[in-house]
Amino acid sequence: MTRYVLKRLALLPVLLFLFSVTVFAIVQAPPGDFLTTYVATLASSGSSISAEQIEALRREYGLDQPIWVQYIRWMQNLLTGNLGLSLEYQRPNAELIGERLVLTVVLALFAFAITWIVAIPAGIYSAMHPRSALDYLLTVLNYIGVATPNFMLALVLMWGAFAYFGLSVTGLFSPDYVEAPWSAARVVDLLKHVWLPAVVLGVAGTARLTRVLRANLLDELNKPYVTTARAKGLPEWRLVLRYPARLALNPLVSTIGWYLPLLFSGSLIVATVMNLPNIGPLLLRALINQDMYLAGSILLIYCFLTILGTLISDILLAWLDPRIRLDEG
Amino acid sequence: MTPPVLEVKDLRVHFLLDEGVVRAVDGVSFDVHPGHVVGIVGESGCGKTVTMKAVLQIVEPPGRVVGGQILFRKDSAPPVDLTRLSPRGAAMRAIRGAEIALIPQEPMAAFSPVHTVGDQIIEALRLHERQWRPTGPRLSRHEAREMTVDLFRSVGISMPDQRVDAYSWQLSGGLRQRAMIAMALSCKPRLLIADEPTTAIDVTTQAQILNLLRDLQRRHGTAIVFITHDLGVIAQMARYVVVMYLGRVMEQGSVADIFHAPKHPYTRALLKSIPGLHVTPRTLLPTIAGSIPHPLGRPRGCPFHPRCPDAIPGVCTERVPALRPVGPEQLASCFLYHQEEAAEG
Amino acid sequence: MTARPPVLAPETAEDRLSVASNWRLVWWRFRKHHLALLSALVLLALYGVVLFPDFVSTQDPEATDARLAFIPVQRLHLFDGARLGPWVPAVAGKRNPTTLRMEWGVDGSRKTPVRFFVTGYPYRLLGIVPAHLHLLGTAAPDGRERLYLLGTDRLGRDQWSRLVHGTRTSMTIGLIAVTFSVVLGVMLGGISGYFGGVADVVIQRLIELLQSLPTIPIWLALTAALPRDWSPQQVFFAITVILSLVGWTTLGREVRGRFLALREEDFVLAAELAGASRRRIIVRHMVPTFLSHIIATSTLAIPAMIISETSLSFLGLGIRPPAISWGVLLQEAQNIQTVALAPWLLIPGLVVILSVLAFNLVGDGLRDAADPYSQ
Repeated sequence: MTRYVLKRLALLPVLLFLFSVTVFAIVQAPPGDFLTTYVATLASSGSSISAEQIEALRREYGLDQPIWVQYIRWMQNLLTGNLGLSLEYQRPNAELIGERLVLTVVLALFAFAITWIVAIPAGIYSAMHPRSALDYLLTVLNYIGVATPNFMLALVLMWGAFAYFGLSVTGLFSPDYVEAPWSAARVVDLLKHVWLPAVVLGVAGTARLTRVLRANLLDELNKPYVTTARAKGLPEWRLVLRYPARLALNPLVSTIGWYLPLLFSGSLIVATVMNLPNIGPLLLRALINQDMYLAGSILLIYCFLTILGTLISDILLAWLDPRIRLDEG
Repeated sequence: MTPPVLEVKDLRVHFLLDEGVVRAVDGVSFDVHPGHVVGIVGESGCGKTVTMKAVLQIVEPPGRVVGGQILFRKDSAPPVDLTRLSPRGAAMRAIRGAEIALIPQEPMAAFSPVHTVGDQIIEALRLHERQWRPTGPRLSRHEAREMTVDLFRSVGISMPDQRVDAYSWQLSGGLRQRAMIAMALSCKPRLLIADEPTTAIDVTTQAQILNLLRDLQRRHGTAIVFITHDLGVIAQMARYVVVMYLGRVMEQGSVADIFHAPKHPYTRALLKSIPGLHVTPRTLLPTIAGSIPHPLGRPRGCPFHPRCPDAIPGVCTERVPALRPVGPEQLASCFLYHQEEAAEG
Repeated sequence: MTARPPVLAPETAEDRLSVASNWRLVWWRFRKHHLALLSALVLLALYGVVLFPDFVSTQDPEATDARLAFIPVQRLHLFDGARLGPWVPAVAGKRNPTTLRMEWGVDGSRKTPVRFFVTGYPYRLLGIVPAHLHLLGTAAPDGRERLYLLGTDRLGRDQWSRLVHGTRTSMTIGLIAVTFSVVLGVMLGGISGYFGGVADVVIQRLIELLQSLPTIPIWLALTAALPRDWSPQQVFFAITVILSLVGWTTLGREVRGRFLALREEDFVLAAELAGASRRRIIVRHMVPTFLSHIIATSTLAIPAMIISETSLSFLGLGIRPPAISWGVLLQEAQNIQTVALAPWLLIPGLVVILSVLAFNLVGDGLRDAADPYSQ
């Protein structure tokens, strides 16, 4: 297994390199560059800028160089840990991304935790009491949950909170804590606000997971090893958790590989709707304004998180299932 | 004679399906004495497995025990009616595994693939610790492992200390079956239920396993209920035989009676259909005419009558024969032997 | 010379079962899932709207009138007392003295009768035939009384008609994007699985690469890269291509797996030995074995495409106004204050949920019906 993991880790830089090229190409694809949009924005707000000033800026930002030179410059910076400068905000990208990245990951992890904490008992209960009233209710909820786009759910919840309770549930912090430095109180404030976006983000995944777990467990409950365990005199709940649930969960672990990255990127839309300090909205603006180093860096981070998620799930799967672990070759 | 360790009296198990009620076990009675082997034999679908599951109270819904008694006697204590115990309750769970143990049908599928065989046996030991070791300190990991290794050795598994850490799919068929037997015997049960223990293995291994079971039985005095469709195995192992068909007992008696003096037409047909070494060559192999009816399409009257060469029209097609004595130790449910009954009505 | 054996007509139900074609069997099994059947009808209705959007609309979806902003929903009632006579409550508006804007409310006391098959604004049926007929309308469509079944938005545009047109775009994109994905997936997966070798390695690496990309950010990036001056049709086409570019990988992998397994099957060997051409073997022998599975999987993939397009358009990066899609409609509901004022703007979201639900149920039903081992 170590060989397998090492092989995957060795591939990581190759993949990232390929991705960086792809990402840079996509970011640079629209005609014009940051300055074209900048000039247009200035024009629409009434002010203007002279042609020499534009040329000067262009030289300063290196936008007059051919694309491959710009790319190399970006790569050189990246390899030294410099994420570049945001053309729009005129601040280092690392600064802009920094805290938002942490909050993005925190939000995704919360959504992930909520998903599994809800889905596992729900799935197990449904499989142990199929066709009961609660099972039907859960099935209906699951179908609707999978069908609802998460931004829609966010909209409805926000509207409900606003229309009926007069609450404004945007953002991840109360106004006092938005710009404050980190402290225990700030963490508590975060916890108070993060659960709603986490729920919204995790609904579709929870619904899917519950359905799959229910189906898998129903299959496993009919198998002979369950009868044997029961015949040994094990209490029912202990036997379900120890044997069929364990086996039914195995294939689900492999879904972590694409679920976690999905949460990272899916939070983008929810963050836009709910006004969260997430790297998603930052990426959106950067793409529209062609703030290329910022956009490129964020996209590359997303790529990295995705590959990492897949790797974690493969390792987990091998670790959980001895049939894979010991069956090398 | 010592009182029986298990007395099944008129057991009925029904399955309530949407399409109708399937009478999987419809009035079965037999006794199992300590140290004896009782064989339950019949074709697939005759209800022998369901009977076994009823004894262990693990009949799955929509099946339910709807009548009869299952009396289990532990030492000199008064017998407990297992049908009165809540299937998931502590009392029944204490009996399951510790007093009555199961050797299930397919050892490969019966072990969990993600736990070592040793772990699964240690789990049984720990679960029932207070029953086979009422006093004294709790079982330590080391002790539990040692006990498992000893168990493996006693069932004839070579290299037991390595095999304890193996997974079931890493073992051969014979080793798996032995491990399964070790698990069943781990808590020293009074009654062992062996559900087709030789079906999934080859003939040579089969002989070894049967020898093992006989040996263990002699040493520990365990009673065994042997469920199989293989008459040859029954002849080797059993002392008393119960022949079932469509949930009812057709005939039961000592192994000598059943094999040398079968009374019921079904038993006779079964014995005749065994290919023998001394039959005339180039003759048709005798079979039982017809096929087993659908569980929901039970024939009226005696369940066997559509396939019976000796069926009495008007009698066997209308009424169900009761199980009555046809010899000192033998009982059969057939109107051929109970003329008074046949004459009635 | 031997006579040809007589062909017996299937006598019993059992016989009919054994000579029924695969598709018949699938249909019979599908029929038993009542929920899936119901969903299939819903989808048929929706696609009916796709074909004839103008017929179902009551007004020109792009007509704006600032005075008619935020008219609430006029609920359709089918019975007037005891008689069958559809009507809607009339709307009444008054000018807000401070903001000087019209504010509309529904007046329950006055009823506007509704008629079926009325003459309305002109359009072209299927883009060719000029027509005037609409499904619903008031008695005097050119008069003061208009029909606003789902209210209006901030520019006074009729939401019902916009929803109908948005349905056309969103449902079509889903279908076309999945078709592209299927074609790509089957082709590349097939080449990879059947021919193996270098092609297989290359395609496998490509699939891995694509699957490692974070979908939503990449979609965002690609859609943001679309020039602002492209026509709505070009944007539409580009969006479908973008959506299908990443979506084909799962199907491609599955198809490759099937081809790899099927290549070793005896019936393929028999066909080869009989002299069948490669194309014939693939098309007539191998593909039909998993065709029903592909159909089921594709149906289940459409909802993801619909949700993706809706999300992208919602963010302003997908279908752009003046083109209409569900996402574009929901953009109007981005602002919570607006939604609080006009909650009916969220209704397109309900239609999204409904269509996705229907697709999922139909897809599940198809998958269960097509799987020969489920019962």
